[in-house]
Amino acid sequence: MGKIWRVSGPLIIADDMKGSQVYEVVEIGEEGLVGEIVGLEGDRAVIQAHEDTLGLRTGEVVTGTGMILSVELGPGLVGSIYDGLQKSLLTLGEQIGPFIRRGVKATPLPRDKKWQFTPRVKEGDAVGQGDIIGVVPETELIEHRIMVPPGIRGTVKEIRKGDHTVEEPIAWVAQNGDVKELTLLQRWPVRKPRPYKERFDPAGLLTTGMRILDYMFPLALGGRASIPGGFGTGKTVALQQLARWAQTHLNIYVGCGERGNEMADVLSSFRELKDPNTGRLLQEKEIFLANTSNMPVVAREASIFVGVTMAEYFRDMGYDVLLVADSTSRWAEAMREMSGRLEEMPGEEGFPAYMGSRLSSFYERAGMVECLGNPGRQGSVTVAGAVSPPGADFSEPVTQNTLRIVDALYALEVTLANKRHFPAISWLTSYSLYVDAVKDWWNERDPGWEDTRAGALKVLQQEAELEEIVRLVGPEALPEDDKLLLLVARMIREDFLQQSAYHEVDTYCMPAKAGLMLKTIMKFYDLAREMLDAGAGIETIRSSPMVYRISRMKDIPNEEFEQRAKELWSEMEENLTTGKRGS
Amino acid sequence: MEFSSLYVKEGRAINKAKGSLLVAESIPGVRFNEIVDVQLASGEVKSGQAIDISKEAIVVQVFGGVSEVDLIGSRIRYKGETLRLPVSMDILGRVFNGMGDPIEGGPRVIPEEYLDINGEPINPAMRQPPAEFIETGISAIDGLNALVRGQKLPIFSASGLPHNRIVAQLIRQATVKGREEAFALVFGAIGVSYDDASFFMRNLERTGALERTVAFINTASDAVIERISTPRLALTAAEYLAWRHNMHVLVILTDMTNYCEALRELSSMREEIPSRRGYPGYMYTDLATMYERAGMISGREGSVTIMPILTMPDDDITHPIPDLTGYITEGQIVLSRNLERKGVYPPIDVFLSLSRMMKEGIGPGKTREDHNNVFMQSYAAYAEGSYLREISTIIGAEALSERDNIYLRNADEFETKFIAQGEWEKRTVEETLDIGWRLFSALPQEDLKLIKEDFIKKYLPERQE
Ligand SMILES: Nc1ncnc2c1ncn2[C@@H]1O[C@H](COP(=O)(O)OP(=O)(O)OP(=O)(O)O)[C@@H](O)[C@H]1O
Ligand SMILES: [Mg+2]
Repeated sequence: MGKIWRVSGPLIIADDMKGSQVYEVVEIGEEGLVGEIVGLEGDRAVIQAHEDTLGLRTGEVVTGTGMILSVELGPGLVGSIYDGLQKSLLTLGEQIGPFIRRGVKATPLPRDKKWQFTPRVKEGDAVGQGDIIGVVPETELIEHRIMVPPGIRGTVKEIRKGDHTVEEPIAWVAQNGDVKELTLLQRWPVRKPRPYKERFDPAGLLTTGMRILDYMFPLALGGRASIPGGFGTGKTVALQQLARWAQTHLNIYVGCGERGNEMADVLSSFRELKDPNTGRLLQEKEIFLANTSNMPVVAREASIFVGVTMAEYFRDMGYDVLLVADSTSRWAEAMREMSGRLEEMPGEEGFPAYMGSRLSSFYERAGMVECLGNPGRQGSVTVAGAVSPPGADFSEPVTQNTLRIVDALYALEVTLANKRHFPAISWLTSYSLYVDAVKDWWNERDPGWEDTRAGALKVLQQEAELEEIVRLVGPEALPEDDKLLLLVARMIREDFLQQSAYHEVDTYCMPAKAGLMLKTIMKFYDLAREMLDAGAGIETIRSSPMVYRISRMKDIPNEEFEQRAKELWSEMEENLTTGKRGS
Repeated sequence: MEFSSLYVKEGRAINKAKGSLLVAESIPGVRFNEIVDVQLASGEVKSGQAIDISKEAIVVQVFGGVSEVDLIGSRIRYKGETLRLPVSMDILGRVFNGMGDPIEGGPRVIPEEYLDINGEPINPAMRQPPAEFIETGISAIDGLNALVRGQKLPIFSASGLPHNRIVAQLIRQATVKGREEAFALVFGAIGVSYDDASFFMRNLERTGALERTVAFINTASDAVIERISTPRLALTAAEYLAWRHNMHVLVILTDMTNYCEALRELSSMREEIPSRRGYPGYMYTDLATMYERAGMISGREGSVTIMPILTMPDDDITHPIPDLTGYITEGQIVLSRNLERKGVYPPIDVFLSLSRMMKEGIGPGKTREDHNNVFMQSYAAYAEGSYLREISTIIGAEALSERDNIYLRNADEFETKFIAQGEWEKRTVEETLDIGWRLFSALPQEDLKLIKEDFIKKYLPERQE
C-alpha cells in the first residue's frame, strides 16, 4: 500500500509502491478513485487518475489492485450505457441520482440477473480457446456466444444447461489434471488486442443507408474511416446515422468528450427506432459509452479502448461489429494534457510524439478475421472516428495523423454545412480505398455500379471546373451542353447526395434504391443530351416536369422504389423524346 | 464567497516566488486545489489556490496583482475548502460580485446551504432530451434557429454589433407556449464595461424581471481572477434554482471572451505549454465543464438554459474562442457586420448560425407541422440567391436568367422581411412561418422540392406580383 506524494490535476505520484506494475489499476485516497499507473521510478509510481482529484491530500493511501485496466465481457452488455471506465450509468443513476459523484462503483454486468444458457458442447468433448461452448439469447437480435477464454484447453467434465448469473460456473474443463471453472463472465485488458486465427483484407459493403457512402465512397466490413469537420458540420449526425442504420450485427457508440444532450438524444432515439431489416428496437443491437466533455479527461482514452475491446469480443463470436467514436480529437487533447503534466517533450502543437502510434493502436484493431476456435467463423470490426480540427483546418496534427491510418475519408465542409447541404461530405476531397473491396458486392446486385459511379463523379468534377468560368461570365453565357451539365450536376448534388437524417423515408436509403436513383439521373442526362443534339433548347429541358419528378424520388419508400422507378423511366422516355420531336 | 470552515492550517516558510506563483514548504493535510489566504509582508491579504501539492512543496497561485517582492515572507493560511457559494431563495433579486458577495448594499444572504461552484456533472443517462420550444418572438431565431429549454446556445458577436439589444429583446419576449411556470434569470457579467452591465440591469428593472433575477457582476475594473469564478457562481445559482426549486432558468453570460482571456493569463502565469494562439490546451474542457451544466433531468421539473455572449476577436469565427465554443455549444447565433451595415436588425447571419436542438423543439404540437419544411426551403432559396448575388456583382444582374433574378430578389426580401424586424416587435412563430410562405409564393412552384406537397396545397398563398 502506497501513499500520495504529489497531486497535480489528474497526475498523482505515490511512494511506497514497490511491487506494482505499469498499467496496474490503483485505488486512490479515502474515496478509492480509480487510477492507472503510467510509470514507475523505484518505488514511486506515476499515476493518471480517471476521476476528479479535487481535494485530495498528500499522505492519503493508494492501493494496487493487481489488475490492469480491463473490461467485463459477458451477457448484459447489449443495450447498456457505460461511462469511460465501464461503470453502468443507469446503475449509478439508481444509486446516487442524476449527478455523477466520484469514487462510486457500479458493476458493468448485472450480478443478479439470470441468463438462459444452452450448451453447444457436451461432456467429454475436447475444447480449446475460442470454442463456442454454448449460447445465451441476450436480446432478440444478439445471440451471445460463450467462448472458451484464452489459455484453457482440455475436456469438458461437466456443463450445465439452465439459468445462471454471470458469476456462477457453467462448465468445468479438465486440463492436465487440473479443473478449470468457466463462467458467463470474462475479463480482458483493454489495451491488448484480442487474438484471432487469421486476418483478411476488408471486404464486402458495410451498408449504411447513406447514399454518398454506400454508392460513392463505400466503407468495407473491417475497414477504418475518419470523419473530420469543423464544428456543426455533421460529424455527430453522421456517426449516429451509422450507428442507427449500419447493417451489422452490433454497433458500439462511443461518445468521447462530447455533449451530454447529444447522448440523451441518442439514447432516447434508440429506444424508439427500429432496425429496418428486423423491425426490432435498435437498442437490442447497440452498446453505448458516454464519457462526456465534463467527465474526467483521462477516462476519454479508456472509453475508446473499452469500446474497441467489446467490439473485438463480439467479433470473436462471428459478428460484424461497427464502432463509432465521437470525437477522437477529445481523446488526443486528453493525451496532450497528461503529457504536459508529465513534462514530456511536446511534439507538434503540444501533442505528444506518441500520439500517432496511440491513435493507430486503436484503428489497427479494426479488421476482418477468421476467429479462433470451433465452429469456424468470421467476424469483423469496422471503425469510424470523428475528428474535430481547430478552425476546421485539416492540416492540424490529429487530422493528419489519422489520415495516415484510415482508408476512407469523409471530409465535411463548412461551406456545405452553412448552405445546409447535408450530409456535408465533400464529393471532391473525400475518398475510399475500399472501392475494390466492395466491387464484387456491388456487381452482384448492380452490374453497372462502377460506371454509374464514375460517370456521376466525373460530372461533379466538371462542374467544379466550370465553376470558375461561371463566376466570371455567368451561367447563361455558357454553351448549351455546359448548361445541361450544370443542371445534371445540381440534380446529382441535390436529388441524390443530399440526404436529410431527419426525413422519415430518406433517413435510410437501401443500396438498391440508391443505385436506381442515380441511374435515373444519369438516364435523364443521356436523354437530355440527345435532345440538345437534336436541336432542343436548354429551357425545354430545364422546364421539363421530369426535373421536378426526379427531385421527389427521395420521398418514395424503399420497397416501392423499383416499381416507381420503372414508371419514371417510361415517362422519361416519352417526355424527353416528345420534347425532342416537338422542338 | 464565504467559507464554511474555520482556517485550519497555517504555513510560512516560503522558498520561492515567481510571477504570481508561490512555492511553500509542504505541510500535511493540504488539499489539492483548496483555497488559501496569503498574507503579504505588508499585512494585506490576498486569496490563492493550491494548484500543485506534494510532500516536497506546495505551489500556490495568488489571485489579484502581486509582485514577487510582496510575496517574499508572506504567510499562507490553508482553509481546507474549495470555493463555495452560499445559497437560499433569497438570492433572487440580488446582485453579487465575482466572489459572491452582495454589492448592492443589501444584507448578506442567510444560506440554506453552501454549494461547490464547480458543480457535479449530470449523468448523461439521466438527462432528459431538451424539446420544449422557447418562443423568442424573433423570426431569425424561432423560424430558423429555434431555441429549446435546456440548450446552450451562444451569441457570436463582434465589437459594435447589437448583441446586447438582441439579448434584451429576447429576455423581454421569451415565453414557452401555454405555460406559466416558475421562471428565473441568472445574469453573469464578466469583465464588461460598467455601461454594458447597467444596460442589462436597467432593462431588467424596466420589464419588472429584476426580482426574478440573480446577477453576478465582474466589471472591467474588477480583479481578473474573479472572471474565472463569475460564470461558475452564476451557474451554481442557476442549478440551485433549477434542481432544488424546479425553476426554469435562463443564464446569460457576457462577455465570455473576457473569461477566456483571463484563463489564458492564468495559464501563462503557470508557465503551461500553450496551445493555439497562447490559449491553454484545456480550454475546451474548461468551457465544457461550464456549458455542460445546461440541460434537463428526467423526472425533474426545472431546466438550465445557457446563452453566453462572446465577441469574436477580429470578427474571426475560426479564432480559438468562438471555435472551441462552437465545438461545445448546441449551435450558435452569429451576428453579421454586413447585415448591420445594410441596416438589418437583428443582423443575424443565418448561414453561420445553427441550432442543433431545433428539430426536437419544432413540428406539430410544438410549433407547426410545416416548420421544418419552411426552414429547409428558406435556407435553400436564400443560399441560391446569395450565391447569385455574388456572381451578379461581377457580371451584373442583366446577364442572369429570369429565374435567377427571381432568386436574387428573393434573397433581398428575405433579409428585409424575414430576418429584419423591430426591436419591440414580437412575432408569433406562426407569423414567422407565414412570412416564409409569402416569400415562397414568388418562387417557381416546382422549385419547392423540400416541402411536402400537402403543405404546399395548404399553406402556399396565391402568387404575389
Ligand atoms: N445528415 C444530416 N441531415 C440533416 N441535418 C444534418 C445532417 N447532418 C448534420 N445536420 C445538421 O447539422 C447540425 C450539426 O451537426 P452535428 O451536431 O453532427 O455537427 P458536428 O460536426 O458533430 O459538430 P461538433 O463538432 O460541434 O460536435 C445538426 O444539428 C443538424 O441540424
Ligand atoms: Mg458533434
